[in-house]
Amino acid sequence: MAEFWSIYMLPGIIILAQILAIVVPLLLCVAMLTYAERKIMAAMQLRMGPNVVGPFGLLQAFADGAKLFFKETILPTSSNKIIFLIAPMLTFFLSMVAWAVIPFDEGMVVSDINVGILYLFAISSLGVYGIVMAGWASNSKYPFLSALRSAAQMVSYEVSIGFVIITVLLCVGSLNVSDVVQAQADGVWFFIPLFPMFIIFFISALAETNRHPFDLPEAEAELVAGYQVEYSSMTFALFFLGEYANMILMSALTAILFLGGWLPPFDIAPFNWIPGPIWFFLKIAFLLFVFVWVRATLPRYRYDQLMRLGWKVFLPFSLFWVALTAGVLVAFDMVPNS
Amino acid sequence: MIIQGLTFYVFATIAVAAGVMVVSARNPVHSVLFLILTFFTTAALFILIGAEFLAMVLVVVYVGAVAVLFMFVVMMLDINFVEMREGFLQYMPIGVLVGIILLVELLMVLGTASMSPEVLATGTEPIPDLTQRQNTAAIGDVIYTKYIYLFQAAGMILLTAMVGAIVLTLRQRPGVRKQNIGKQVSRRREDSVELKKVQPGQGI
Amino acid sequence: MSFIKTNLRSLLLWEIVEGMALTFSYMFKKRVTINYPYEKGPLSPRFRGEHALRRYPNGEERCIACKLCEAICPAQAITIEAEPRDDGSRRTTRYDIDMTKCIYCGYCEEACPVDAIVEGPNFEFATESREELFYDKDKLLANGERWEREIAANLRADAPYR
Repeated sequence: MAEFWSIYMLPGIIILAQILAIVVPLLLCVAMLTYAERKIMAAMQLRMGPNVVGPFGLLQAFADGAKLFFKETILPTSSNKIIFLIAPMLTFFLSMVAWAVIPFDEGMVVSDINVGILYLFAISSLGVYGIVMAGWASNSKYPFLSALRSAAQMVSYEVSIGFVIITVLLCVGSLNVSDVVQAQADGVWFFIPLFPMFIIFFISALAETNRHPFDLPEAEAELVAGYQVEYSSMTFALFFLGEYANMILMSALTAILFLGGWLPPFDIAPFNWIPGPIWFFLKIAFLLFVFVWVRATLPRYRYDQLMRLGWKVFLPFSLFWVALTAGVLVAFDMVPNS
Repeated sequence: MIIQGLTFYVFATIAVAAGVMVVSARNPVHSVLFLILTFFTTAALFILIGAEFLAMVLVVVYVGAVAVLFMFVVMMLDINFVEMREGFLQYMPIGVLVGIILLVELLMVLGTASMSPEVLATGTEPIPDLTQRQNTAAIGDVIYTKYIYLFQAAGMILLTAMVGAIVLTLRQRPGVRKQNIGKQVSRRREDSVELKKVQPGQGI
Repeated sequence: MSFIKTNLRSLLLWEIVEGMALTFSYMFKKRVTINYPYEKGPLSPRFRGEHALRRYPNGEERCIACKLCEAICPAQAITIEAEPRDDGSRRTTRYDIDMTKCIYCGYCEEACPVDAIVEGPNFEFATESREELFYDKDKLLANGERWEREIAANLRADAPYR
């Protein structure tokens, strides 16, 4: 019995505590992100933004959450009930599990697996299912159109994301997420040598998370709210949380791949006093600000332009850059782990 | 070891059950969703034997891309189920035959391995010790050295298939005006607008 | 040269960067909106809001039931019935405005010979039911009493231009 306790129960409890230590702050961050988005957008549009609930409207997100929680969950009669309910759970669940391999500092990671980057890529490629299932199960026009759009969009942009990740991995020589950050500790952060890839990755991340200017799956002017049309109450809230958690995840991934994760910008006195997780948080916050900033600036893409950008611009360009990076690494004998 | 065994049986049961549901589900979208579940549990089984790279690639390629396209197509189909079931008995013998052949092949592989374990050692590349070498690197070593030609040939075949599909579906319609975005974007005021001084009482 | 310049501009996403810089600069500009329920924008003296029936300073109601407002009302929102009062003066027995029909054109106010019906400065009279918007004489007179100060000030301010 004691053996059972020490082998299974104790690690189980520790892992559970670790998961809670990530998920709870993450959800708080999501709540604050929705508030920050509304405030930043308001500032850029010369408006006030939420300012009633709590000081400066800081508690607005919790008021919204409470409102959604006390509303009725409506199941459309002609919907496919089980899939209709699984879809939001899947979206939420997928945006949470990906955090298992994100390192917040050296060794500060729930699961330091060898194929961490691939795991993140796999999880983000699964994200489309939540939307597709929601769109199909709603049995309604707008969600269905939205599901088709989002399926095509996310598959298209995953291709260029894949190539960008390959470029970074060529420079790192490992699929481990912590190794990606460590590889940037000695040299420069990857966004300097791989700047075009950084831009492509960020734009693809916008498309992958269905954010402006690529928010065609939920284009309110054409599709009302896209796949969320039939959802209400907590099912809607789960979609909402999942979407914003995905934004934070993609920002974290960008920070790890290109902005040196938890590393300070200069490894000298005033900078390396600040602990790694805070640098990581600041980088994520900056990228999220850019997400919102882009939303406040750019109009929505037309769908054929979106596809053209993905397949005719990003794909050839990122493919070219993979070949170029590999060529440069071999030519100057800089291949890692060789 | 209990936990490992338990997880294996749980995942294996789910995989087999989902596989059965793929062929028996009435709704094709449910079929695809069960197919995804099968892929996913298979990936979990890969992880259990320590092949994490294969597991992730399975999820990325099959679940993330192939099944999405399946779903895409199936969702848009308007299938008459009664009509689809009509040919069931007619095609059953062929289906059963293929199934039996696959089963026999599987049994042969497993049977040889269990009857004479030394067969495994004759593999061209012995499975490396996981503590020494990550299987991602091990797979890369084998594919890009020993099997490089076959690997590239497989890639070429897939490329040919892709090009073929594009050639078959590409229609060149004459007289269609297309948007030239580069031209639109590079158009400037100086190229298209000219300021003329018009004298009163005269035309241009 | 211009070929290189245009292509470089599009490759570097220069126009997007310019747009982003513009929105960023707007972040630090003064807000143009006001904190509505606590702050309100200025209203013109001619603002046409909620209707009110006014009284003379001695308490006598101004309306003489001439029905000009009823006649001119383009939405036919006003209904008036009149009878001679005990003292022989002509007064309304019924003065209804259907606020759901009213288009706030201000013609009633223009037509009134005695400045009895006016559109006051109040625009916050939302109700929870439709019935509450069918104003009768009592409600209109009560409005007149409640807003008399503002209405009188507005009328005074606008008088030179009438």
